[in-house]
Amino acid sequence: MFDTSPPSLPAAPGVGYKPQHYSDILADPGAVGWLEVHAENYMGDGGRPLAQLRALADRFAISVHGVGLSIGGEDPLDRAHLDRLKRLVDWLTPASFSEHLAWSSHGGTFFNDLLPLPYTEATLARVADHIAEVQDALGRRMLLENPATYLDFDETTLAETDFLAELVHRTGCGLLLDVNNVFVACTNRGERPEAYIDAFPVEAVGEIHLGGHDAQVDDRGAPLLIDSHGAEVVDPVWQLYAHTLARTGPMPTLIEWDNDVPAWPVLAAEAARANAMLAEARP
Amino acid sequence: MSDFAPALLDPTLAIPPGLSDARGGPADRRFAVYRNNVVVSLTDAMATGFPVILKLVGDEFFRAMAGVFVRAHPPDSPVLARYGAAFPGFLETFEPVAQLPYLADVARLELAMRAAYHAADAAPVAPDALAHPRLMEARLRLAPATRVVASPYPIHAIWRANTEADAPPAQGGAETVLVTRPDWDPWPRPIAPAAARLILALLADLPFAAALEAAGDDIDLAATLTLLLDTKSIIAIEVPE
Amino acid sequence: MNKPTKSLSVAAAVATALAAHALPAQAQENEKCFGISLAGKNDCAAGPGTTCAGTSTVDYQGNAWTLVPAGACEGVAWEKILPEGRDGSLEALERDVPA
Repeated sequence: MFDTSPPSLPAAPGVGYKPQHYSDILADPGAVGWLEVHAENYMGDGGRPLAQLRALADRFAISVHGVGLSIGGEDPLDRAHLDRLKRLVDWLTPASFSEHLAWSSHGGTFFNDLLPLPYTEATLARVADHIAEVQDALGRRMLLENPATYLDFDETTLAETDFLAELVHRTGCGLLLDVNNVFVACTNRGERPEAYIDAFPVEAVGEIHLGGHDAQVDDRGAPLLIDSHGAEVVDPVWQLYAHTLARTGPMPTLIEWDNDVPAWPVLAAEAARANAMLAEARP
Repeated sequence: MSDFAPALLDPTLAIPPGLSDARGGPADRRFAVYRNNVVVSLTDAMATGFPVILKLVGDEFFRAMAGVFVRAHPPDSPVLARYGAAFPGFLETFEPVAQLPYLADVARLELAMRAAYHAADAAPVAPDALAHPRLMEARLRLAPATRVVASPYPIHAIWRANTEADAPPAQGGAETVLVTRPDWDPWPRPIAPAAARLILALLADLPFAAALEAAGDDIDLAATLTLLLDTKSIIAIEVPE
Repeated sequence: MNKPTKSLSVAAAVATALAAHALPAQAQENEKCFGISLAGKNDCAAGPGTTCAGTSTVDYQGNAWTLVPAGACEGVAWEKILPEGRDGSLEALERDVPA
């Protein structure tokens, strides 16, 4: 199927790259061993974004993380967008490409959010087709990320972990396990996040995400956590990360911080904390 | 998704059927999270893309206005670096800013700056190449970042006054702005109308003699060429076989 | 201007431009870094998720829109500097323009 030995991400901490950290990262990366960028921010024709990315790629393994392909959507995949993605991936040859189990476009409108889908046999078949189409177009295996969700669909018949396991089986894709998303979605559903991790097809995991979330309550006063990527990783999520590492072993682990982006030392400290836990997870 | 999608942008539509809070309860506040994410993230993208418009109208007004804009003109592409092309036209017809007629052209300048920032890289010609014996027949290729924005308002002065710390207050009348990207940062600069006519003719692929014709006799050609050289904007001089 | 004269004046302009360009570059002096604000806005997550921006709209065509611009151009009477409607000196207009 696909080359099974492409360059891979190191089992070290990485951070979501923000342009304001460019000089800091090159001067003092600390424990950071790789960087992740959002594909859609590097789809211009040139200029500083691509020049910086090329310079960073000389120093660090890069993960390209798409946020706009709408793999979970009802519409056919946007071929123009897939072509842009292929152009970027061919140019950069990143260590990893990942996207989300979510939709973001419908009827020609892009909503700029990772929107949820029901888990049924019909959506399973559609998402599997889309993943196969992406992997064929890019000529490489991709990772699919579990979503942070806020509500459930009555028509859902499959558990999310079973849905993901079946996608792996049908397409050969790998998985990106976002531990914060697990914590957020399980709390929002009133379920134990540890049970989700225990049911997760960990053999397919190629990368872990950690990030901060925001805590609110819903109409009935039940916890409603929101995946905001605007704060530090909270202790219960670090504990869930430790629980995850016990199953997966050391994994490339990304600190995501997209809103109210802090100064570099704050982000580097989060990476250092992940690094210490990765060290403990090594045999 | 055919229920879900339209309800994201239109809060007067009912919450789509078949959604719950996982315990069989209503999903109202939970659906509102998605509605919020969509509108806030697109509003943030607008604030990032139009910092001078934001400064001119203030944060509260800008976010309210952007909320109207993103619902009327949601993105048709996932690449948000290109989002907002419809904003100048929107500003021309949005009643609450009718007394600020210069906003649309300032937004056009901000779009030109953003386009220049993401434009393809191109190496400039050696300046001496301009001293070509057949220059009049040649086509001068300009860098892909090159843009011209003309306005009856002093848009460069307004842009500068809201961008640079020590810039003087904006004043004066019509301005035509050349946007170039000498290295990585777009650089806007007011130019004379005749210089703009020359540059637009060059961008339209006219030979140099015809572009000069289009510019008219009042052009300060030496100053215009100096500016194009200084901004690394001439990337090829092509003489026909 | 006839053609030979025009060619001569163009050659002179080119020579002037080359000489001026050989001077220390002036184009860069005002250059600022706008890179971060122009860099792109695709992220994985929206803001902290307060739910009012998504659930309230204001009908700006009706009477409900009460907001007025409150930024740098508050109180500006820009019609005064429309080229066709110009009726005062620049000095008089200065207080009216956005800073």
